[in-house]
Amino acid sequence: MTHNLSASRLNKAFASGELSAVEITEAFLARIEATEPAVRAFLTVTADQARDRAKKLDGRRRNGDGEIGLLAGVPVAVKDNMCTEGIRTTCGSKILGDYVPPYDADVVERLRAAGAIIIGKTNMDEFAMGSSGENSGFWPTKNPWDPGRIPGGSSSGSAAAVAAEQVTLSLGSDTGGSIRQPAAMCGIVGLKPTYGYVSRYGLVAFASSLDQIGPFARDVEDCARLFEVIAGGDRRDSTNAGRTPPAIKLGGEPSLKGVRLGVPREYFGAGIDPEVKARIDEAIVKLASLGAEIGECSLPHTEYALSAYYILAPAECSANLARFDGVRYGHRTLDSGGLLEMYMKTRQEGFGDEVKRRIMIGTYALSSGYYDAYYKKAQQVRTLVIRDFEQVFRQFDALITPTSPITAWGLGEKTDDPLAMYLADACTIPVNLAGLPGISVPCGLANGMPVGLQLIGKHFDDHKLLQYAWAYSKAAPFDARPPLGKGDK
Amino acid sequence: MATNWETVVGLEVHVELSTETKVWCGCKNEFGAEPNVNVCPVCLALPGSLPVLNATALQYIIKAGLALNCTIAHFSKFDRKNYFYPDSPMNYQISQLDLPLCRNGWVEIVLADGSTKRIRINRIHLENDAGKLLHAGDDVAEGESSLVDFNRAGVPLIEIVTEPDLRSAEEAGLFLNKLKAIIKYCGVSDVKMEEGSMRCDVNTSVRPVGATEYGTRSELKNVNSFSAALRGIEYEAKRHIALIEAGGTVDQETRSWRDAKGVSVVLRSKEEANDYRYFPEPDLPPVVLTEEDIERVRATLPELPDAILRRLTTEYGLSAYDAAVIVAEKESAEWFHEAVALAGAGNAKAVANWQTNELNRVMNAKGLGPDQIPVQPRQLAELLQLMEKGVITGKIAKTVFEKIVETGKDPEVIVKEEGLSQVADEGELAKVAMEVVVANPKVIEDWKAGKAAAAQFLVGQMMKATRGRANPQLAVKLVTEALRQHTGQA
Repeated sequence: MTHNLSASRLNKAFASGELSAVEITEAFLARIEATEPAVRAFLTVTADQARDRAKKLDGRRRNGDGEIGLLAGVPVAVKDNMCTEGIRTTCGSKILGDYVPPYDADVVERLRAAGAIIIGKTNMDEFAMGSSGENSGFWPTKNPWDPGRIPGGSSSGSAAAVAAEQVTLSLGSDTGGSIRQPAAMCGIVGLKPTYGYVSRYGLVAFASSLDQIGPFARDVEDCARLFEVIAGGDRRDSTNAGRTPPAIKLGGEPSLKGVRLGVPREYFGAGIDPEVKARIDEAIVKLASLGAEIGECSLPHTEYALSAYYILAPAECSANLARFDGVRYGHRTLDSGGLLEMYMKTRQEGFGDEVKRRIMIGTYALSSGYYDAYYKKAQQVRTLVIRDFEQVFRQFDALITPTSPITAWGLGEKTDDPLAMYLADACTIPVNLAGLPGISVPCGLANGMPVGLQLIGKHFDDHKLLQYAWAYSKAAPFDARPPLGKGDK
Repeated sequence: MATNWETVVGLEVHVELSTETKVWCGCKNEFGAEPNVNVCPVCLALPGSLPVLNATALQYIIKAGLALNCTIAHFSKFDRKNYFYPDSPMNYQISQLDLPLCRNGWVEIVLADGSTKRIRINRIHLENDAGKLLHAGDDVAEGESSLVDFNRAGVPLIEIVTEPDLRSAEEAGLFLNKLKAIIKYCGVSDVKMEEGSMRCDVNTSVRPVGATEYGTRSELKNVNSFSAALRGIEYEAKRHIALIEAGGTVDQETRSWRDAKGVSVVLRSKEEANDYRYFPEPDLPPVVLTEEDIERVRATLPELPDAILRRLTTEYGLSAYDAAVIVAEKESAEWFHEAVALAGAGNAKAVANWQTNELNRVMNAKGLGPDQIPVQPRQLAELLQLMEKGVITGKIAKTVFEKIVETGKDPEVIVKEEGLSQVADEGELAKVAMEVVVANPKVIEDWKAGKAAAAQFLVGQMMKATRGRANPQLAVKLVTEALRQHTGQA
């Protein structure tokens, strides 16, 4: 079965000629065809482009033309908020329902340069606003572990596709947890890199100061491999740090000797599912057994992070989404009497409820007379959250928390209660506010659904997080596979 | 008793920087191109595109700030100014709200009575220009449809905000001219109001002379020329005074100047003022400048008009008036310096005379701009040399000058082709003198009667006969000799 092979294994098989890129591509296209009705992870499957690409890769390999890239022969899916030249990029929104970008995002250029086969664009909460995938302007993606449940969000399709082995690797974006939370809920690995490590050029902005692109994979090695491909300097993004990550060495005997890991008590408060807490506690014991020094710590402003986030992210989005006005591209209402009416109807028809809700919150928070009480106050809270992390990182190399306090909930269960939905991101949001790297690795099942362990690191310690996560995953292998992955040939 | 009113004016001047490329992307910054050719994902605000600050635009605003005596901020940031309009692709403008790059500058103007006055500059900030709309109708609301040209969207713009230090339309005019000259000397903009590379909004209020509080101001937009700015100020001041004297009050409002009709109309009241919901631009990091960064830009500043003016009066002894005329435009100062370099410092006053009289007269008559000087500095230097050598007379020189303007030919060529060189051949001129004397018997009688003017008349006739080419001293001598000879007085 080709579809359950790791990226490193596929890359090797391609390089040696054991498997051709065409064979690999066909295997995954067949897998998508078989499983997609149950998962619905893809908004666009780029079968033709993928086949063309595979043929070219095979030709080049046969001719010994150029080096074999880190992702040569590996099928990758891209969240539909990253621009792909000539391939529809909807952002999960009707307002961009038939929008085809004229250029590739930086990460997409890097994927192509590394020899990846882009197999499709994945479903997502509209403009990355949501924690369940249900805010997609098209359809909800289902959790491969239980089609009655959500896969998490907003990178719902990218997480589900990797979990369902429809693709080996995928890219997501994380503004408040949108990589880590669905990774946890789908039982896979997801990394939110340090803000500024991966270029945002070509990522359709939700909240510019928080957005970061990152990898999904089924194991830590693959996650590290994709991270190495996408991270690095890009002058087209002025918030990019211009740094290339150090070579990430994973292997040997897993050990965390001398690594100081902090457990922030605020992340284990009311609202955490006891089963989830039990899995995290077990993970902590496992980490200690690898030699890590575990200590309790406190991030006292954690409880305000969520509120600050729900001011800052909507404020930025209210401006970022202003460009979707029907003037130059995307949906334009057919029924407009004048400029103002065109603006209003276009946006009324094009945007879904959650997007409208956040645009309104953000517009309100920035309005004259409210700015100081909301936006400015939220920025001050953000500073306090950053200081909290700075404090504990004097004492610890990384922090351990649950990725999500709860496991995947039932489709439709929280759609009428946005506040309950927002709470699902309480453990991931502070990391974005502080621009830190965070990784979610599977740490067992609770009530039959996957649980994610989150490791939070210092700025640009992404490689260390990957090493810690790798050591943990070696010591506590997560072998469970979603039902979709079993029994097929 | 009628109140004496004082007009108070503050200006917000927008200047487009003449960088090669736009401020947030690499598209060409060019006036007059085919619509929508200088565009890319960034300046069209396609999804996923991001702004990158143009380093030259940053250098240019610092340069302008230094030339206008501003303090340059060591820490500055950009902010988003939110408003929807089809010429604004992002539907926000990237501008600077509370931490602009330049603060607290000033410009010195020379008033009619010769005294100087400093007009304070509150701030200068960097932002992007919008595209251009073409309405099939009077405006976007009335038109059947509208077309948008995004070539200008993303062109770097600096906004220069003055304190309310101007007290009349004349002062505003002096300030704008001086500002324009300084910006142009810096080489950061071509400051052409007719091409829209310099635009201004005018804030006007009135108050009784002697009052310390300001009156309520109106803001005038759509002011597209210097003369419109001056007329607009006068119109607004009169309107305010009439309102107050009729027992009413001035509303704080934004008005639009209708230049053709010479009136202003309400655009929006204070209540309808836009809430721009400014917040820090998350896509651009703050601009951090060290003292060395600023000094590096200062080193690129050229000599500015005030300094040149001082030098022209002290070094060359030019009159303050001539010097002011010469430095008013960068091109004319450059022209002067080049001509003096060729003609020699001793001829500086002569160069200034020619430039401020003949050259300016010709240029005004032909409606030529400062960048269209019709005579090359080298040509004036040659002309002066021909006079010095006695090849041509001062009178002929003016004729030659006109011919240079007309044909573009060099003075020596013109003198040769037109046979304009002075006749200094005594034998030939003596013949002419005798002819003139013989032809004017009445004048001979006057001369005999002791009328000195009679000889002068005959010299004039000689000049006429030689088309001005006779050497004047020689002509006087030969006429006198001819008279004596003819009348037999030895």
